[in-house]
Amino acid sequence: MPEAILSLSNVTKQFGALLASDNVSLDLMPGEIHALIGPNGAGKSTLIKQIAGEIKPDSGDIRFAGRDIGDLDAVERSRMGLARTFQVSSLMPEFSVLQNVVLAQQSVSGKIFRFFKPVLSDASLLEPAMAQLERVGLADRAEMRAADISHGERRQLEMAVALALKPRAFLLDEPMAGMGPEGSKRLTGFLDGLRAEAPILLVEHDMDAVFALADRISVLVYGRVIATGTVDDIRGNEDVKRAYLGEEA
Amino acid sequence: MSMNRETILNIVLAALLIAVPVIAQIMGEPFIITLATKVAILGMAGVGLNIALGYGGLVSFGHAAFFGIGGYAAGILASHALNYEPIMEAPFEINGTTQMIVIWIVALIASALVALLIGAITLRTSGVYFIMITLAFAQMIYYFAISWPAYGGEDGLSIYVRNGFPGLNTLDPISFFGLCAAMLGVAIAFSAVLIRSRFGLALHGARQNSQRMMAIGIAPFRVRLVAFVISAMITAWAGALYADLNRFVSPSMLSWHMSGEIMVFVILGGVGRLFGPVAGAALYIILEHLLGGMFEYWQLPLGILLLVVVLFARGGLIGLLAGERKHA
Repeated sequence: MPEAILSLSNVTKQFGALLASDNVSLDLMPGEIHALIGPNGAGKSTLIKQIAGEIKPDSGDIRFAGRDIGDLDAVERSRMGLARTFQVSSLMPEFSVLQNVVLAQQSVSGKIFRFFKPVLSDASLLEPAMAQLERVGLADRAEMRAADISHGERRQLEMAVALALKPRAFLLDEPMAGMGPEGSKRLTGFLDGLRAEAPILLVEHDMDAVFALADRISVLVYGRVIATGTVDDIRGNEDVKRAYLGEEA
Repeated sequence: MSMNRETILNIVLAALLIAVPVIAQIMGEPFIITLATKVAILGMAGVGLNIALGYGGLVSFGHAAFFGIGGYAAGILASHALNYEPIMEAPFEINGTTQMIVIWIVALIASALVALLIGAITLRTSGVYFIMITLAFAQMIYYFAISWPAYGGEDGLSIYVRNGFPGLNTLDPISFFGLCAAMLGVAIAFSAVLIRSRFGLALHGARQNSQRMMAIGIAPFRVRLVAFVISAMITAWAGALYADLNRFVSPSMLSWHMSGEIMVFVILGGVGRLFGPVAGAALYIILEHLLGGMFEYWQLPLGILLLVVVLFARGGLIGLLAGERKHA
C-alpha cells in the first residue's frame, strides 16, 4: 500500500467550550479525492485551517510528504506543496486576474526579491500564468480586475492560483460554493482530471459533486469523524443518514 | 504605447519644477530657487515614505527618524572635517568628510540599519499599533539627539560651508538645486522601477491580502521589512540634502512634526502615486509661503485642505487631476 501524502492523527482543537476538532484522524492517498462532508458548523473549515497552518491544533499530529509539519507555518507549508483555496474567495482585489496568478507563479519560482526587471513583461512568469487561466477557462478575463469579475469567476481564479503553485496536494474549501449548476458541473469535470496531478482533500456541500468525484468520504459531525469509506459505504451508513444525509439526501 | 493622463501630468510637474527655478535664476530671485530646492528635497523624503505608505500600506508615523539620521550624517561628518577632529582614533583613524557622496553613503547605511531594527519590531504589529510604535521609536531618537551634547543637543549643529560634490559649486543656489532635482529624479526613477518589479508585485500583494500571500507561500513580513528599509533609506538621503540646504541640522528634523509633514506631502499629493509626494510637497510649500506671509495661523487652512482631501479626494492632487490609480 502506498504511503499517504497527508495524514492527520488525533487532531484536537477546542475553542472555549466548543470542540471544533475531536480526535480527527484521516489521510489523503496519492491520486485520490477524499471528500470531507458534514453539516454546517461541523468543523470542516477549522480542520482545513489547521492543515494549512493558519491555526495550531491543541494536540495531535499532521504529517505531509513524509514529515511532521506541526511546527511549520502557513508559508512554509505552502512552499512544501500544500495549496489551499478559500471558502470565501480570498484574492488580490486590485490586481488583474492575470496578476493574481503571476504572483503565485513568482512564489513558485522562488525569486521574490528582484527589484529591477519589470515583472509584467517576464515571459517565464506570464506564460505559465496564462496557461493556468486557460485551464480554468478564465483566459478572456486576464486583464480584468479581480474585484470586477463575477463570483463564479473568482472561484475559478482561486483554482488557477492553486494550480500555479504546482502543489503536491490540494485543500479545496467548498470550491463549488455559489457557482450555479452549470459552473459546478464544469468544475466537477475539471477536478475529476486533477486528481491524477495531485490528490485533493475536498470540503464540499454539493452532494452531486461529492458522490461523483470522491474516492473516499469522511463525515464530520460536531468535530468528530463519524465515518470514513467509499461512496457506497457512506450512502449505506445508518449513522451518517441519521446525523446528516437523512435530512438532505 | 500611448501615454496615460498620469504620465502626462508627471511630465508637466517635472517640467514645472525645473522651469520655475531656472526662470527665477534669470530674474535674479534666489529665494524662489531655495523654495524649489526645498520642494525637491522634501518631495524626495515623501517619495521614500510613499514606498512604505503608498505601495506597502504601512502607515509609518516615524519617518522623521530617518530624515534626521540623514541630516545628522551630514552634520556630524562635516563638523568633524571642518574642526579637524577625527571621529575615531583607535584602532584606526576615521575622519569626517565634506564630500556629499561619502555622506550619502553613510546616511544610507545608517538609516538602513536603524530601519531594519525598527521594522523588525514594528512590522509585527499593524494598524494603529504600527502607527504608534513607529512614532514611539522616532521620539526615542529625537530625545536621544536632544540629550546628546556632543553634537549640539537641543541647539543643533551648524554646517558652516555646504558640503561638496565633484565638479559642482554647491554654494551656487541653482547648481545645488540641480543636484537635488537630479537626486529626486533618481529616487523617482528607482521607485518607478521597483513597483513594476517582482518585489513590487509582492509588495502590492502584501498590502491587499496577507492571508492570500501566506497561502501562496510568500511571507508578507519579509516583503514589508525590505520595503520599510528601502523607504527609510530614500528619506534619509533626502535628509542629508536638507541639512546641506539649511547648512544646519537640529533635533527638529527628527520630531513628530516632521513625520507628520512628510506624511502630509504623500496624502496631499496622492498616496501610492509616483509623483504624489512631489506634488504634495510643492503645494505645501507654496501654501506655507503664500498664506504664511498673510497671517500667522496659516496651518489652519492647510488643516482644512487636508481634511477635504482625506474626505473627498482620496487620490490627492494627482488623483484629482489624473483619475484613479491603475496598477502596474
